[in-house]
Amino acid sequence: MTDTPLLKVNSVSKFYGQRIGCKDVSFDLWPGEVLAIVGESGSGKTTLLNCISTRLMPTAGSVEYRMRDGNFRDLYHMGEAERRFLMRTDWGFVHQNPADGLRMTVSAGANVGERLMAVGDRHYGKIRDTASDWLTRVEIGTDRIDDQPRAFSGGMRQRLQIARNLVTNPRLVFMDEPTGGLDVSVQARLLDLVRGLVNDLGLAAIIVTHDLAVARLLSHRMMVMKDGFVIEHGLTDRVLDDPREPYTQLLVSSILQV
Amino acid sequence: MTDLASYNFAYLDEQTKRMIRRAILKAIAIPGYQVPFASREMPMPYGWGTGGVQVTASIIGPDDILKVIDQGADDTTNAVSIRAFFEKVANVAVTTHTKEATIIQTRHRIPEQKLGEGQVLVYQVPIPEPLRFLEPRETETRKMHALEEYGLMHVKLYEDIARNGRISTTYAYPVKVAGRYVMDPSPTPKFDNPKMHMSDALQLFGAGREKRIYAVPPYTDVVSLDFEDHPFEIQKFEQPCALCGARGVYLDEVVLDDKGGRMFVCSDTDHCEERREEGHTGEMPSQEAAE
Repeated sequence: MTDTPLLKVNSVSKFYGQRIGCKDVSFDLWPGEVLAIVGESGSGKTTLLNCISTRLMPTAGSVEYRMRDGNFRDLYHMGEAERRFLMRTDWGFVHQNPADGLRMTVSAGANVGERLMAVGDRHYGKIRDTASDWLTRVEIGTDRIDDQPRAFSGGMRQRLQIARNLVTNPRLVFMDEPTGGLDVSVQARLLDLVRGLVNDLGLAAIIVTHDLAVARLLSHRMMVMKDGFVIEHGLTDRVLDDPREPYTQLLVSSILQV
Repeated sequence: MTDLASYNFAYLDEQTKRMIRRAILKAIAIPGYQVPFASREMPMPYGWGTGGVQVTASIIGPDDILKVIDQGADDTTNAVSIRAFFEKVANVAVTTHTKEATIIQTRHRIPEQKLGEGQVLVYQVPIPEPLRFLEPRETETRKMHALEEYGLMHVKLYEDIARNGRISTTYAYPVKVAGRYVMDPSPTPKFDNPKMHMSDALQLFGAGREKRIYAVPPYTDVVSLDFEDHPFEIQKFEQPCALCGARGVYLDEVVLDDKGGRMFVCSDTDHCEERREEGHTGEMPSQEAAE
């Protein structure tokens, strides 16, 4: 890890009228680091993720990102064109529901290739080769390259969505409940895959989840949110093994032991 | 006004024409950009060329000579009715000869005869948005045009190759105009795309139902999108026109009987007639006489 963070979040707040979405959240994220944001439904996890990933304008605060040239830029002072370009090259966003992140009516190969074509790749053969390479890396058979995602199972769709996001070698990936809606064995396989990819590619990731097992497996650090506030923040193992806040203790003790 | 039942010249009132002319001027100033306009109800159903008719009505003057074609033909219902409409409401001269016309309103073809300076080609457009079937949200497609995000257009071409081994889009083939806006050239066959490039004539596109006008000014770059390893190519026909023997023109297939008999004839009827008057004949010239 380097000395300079990749992302600096400074007292980000989002209000929905009188109601608090999230309040006064600050943290830094370093390259190659995986941060989990956990908390119960309605605690502001997704609001925070959307605020950081430019999908939702925060009411107050700033988010700075270190561009590839090494300079920090405030995301909300960038032009929209630049922000969208960043989102489809240097960033990835994995949605909980794969249908939100995929084009369901075009083939798997085109789904993976879309970002390449968006940044100006105009060679069909090369796009297809890259696409089949990525399908292999997310454990989808290359014979499925011309199938539409609607012919895929939930787990395959989620893996396809990950391939589609990683094809431009992003440095930062946002994941919103990546394992939600999948059964446990498929979840385990997906987590294994994500962990491998994150390690191999040195990705930084922010993962929103309510599943503490996901946080334990994937993340280095975690933040616990409640009612829009970050109530506890630390190394994943420390937070899970030795929770300080009463709410975190409750959360950790609520995990079912089979 | 003594005669209350009479129409204004060219059907539309002057305020409406002014509004449409403004949209046209803006469209010419920004080649390929879709300019919204307050499309009017016309005395024909949507899909029959209400956009093209409004554009023509706004630019036509008493001295203009109008030609109307439908799929290249001067004698089909749509062409005949629109021609008759302007004869009635504008009292202008009409022709079927491409060379004589000053305004040519077209549905789905560009004439074979090279157009010259001073001629205006008016297209009838059903769906002006080239990204529509890939991205249903209008707000999103407008943003994509504004930010020049055209990767999605290539996703469509990628799908074509993945499914059929080649770019199978044969009409409404997307083009990039003046190096900036991606444009739908209306459902003309891709055979006609090269004719749009650096054309001497002004090309105007009117979509009545979708309320958009766009334009390609004369001498503007119009480039068909493609892949490096799957370059753009136009349709090729093995045999010449059965009536006039022309090669290198767009042909229509005509079924002759229920035993598999067929003939290929020029889609541009005017071009075909002129060639036959000049004495060119194809392999089935008698067929025409029998009809």
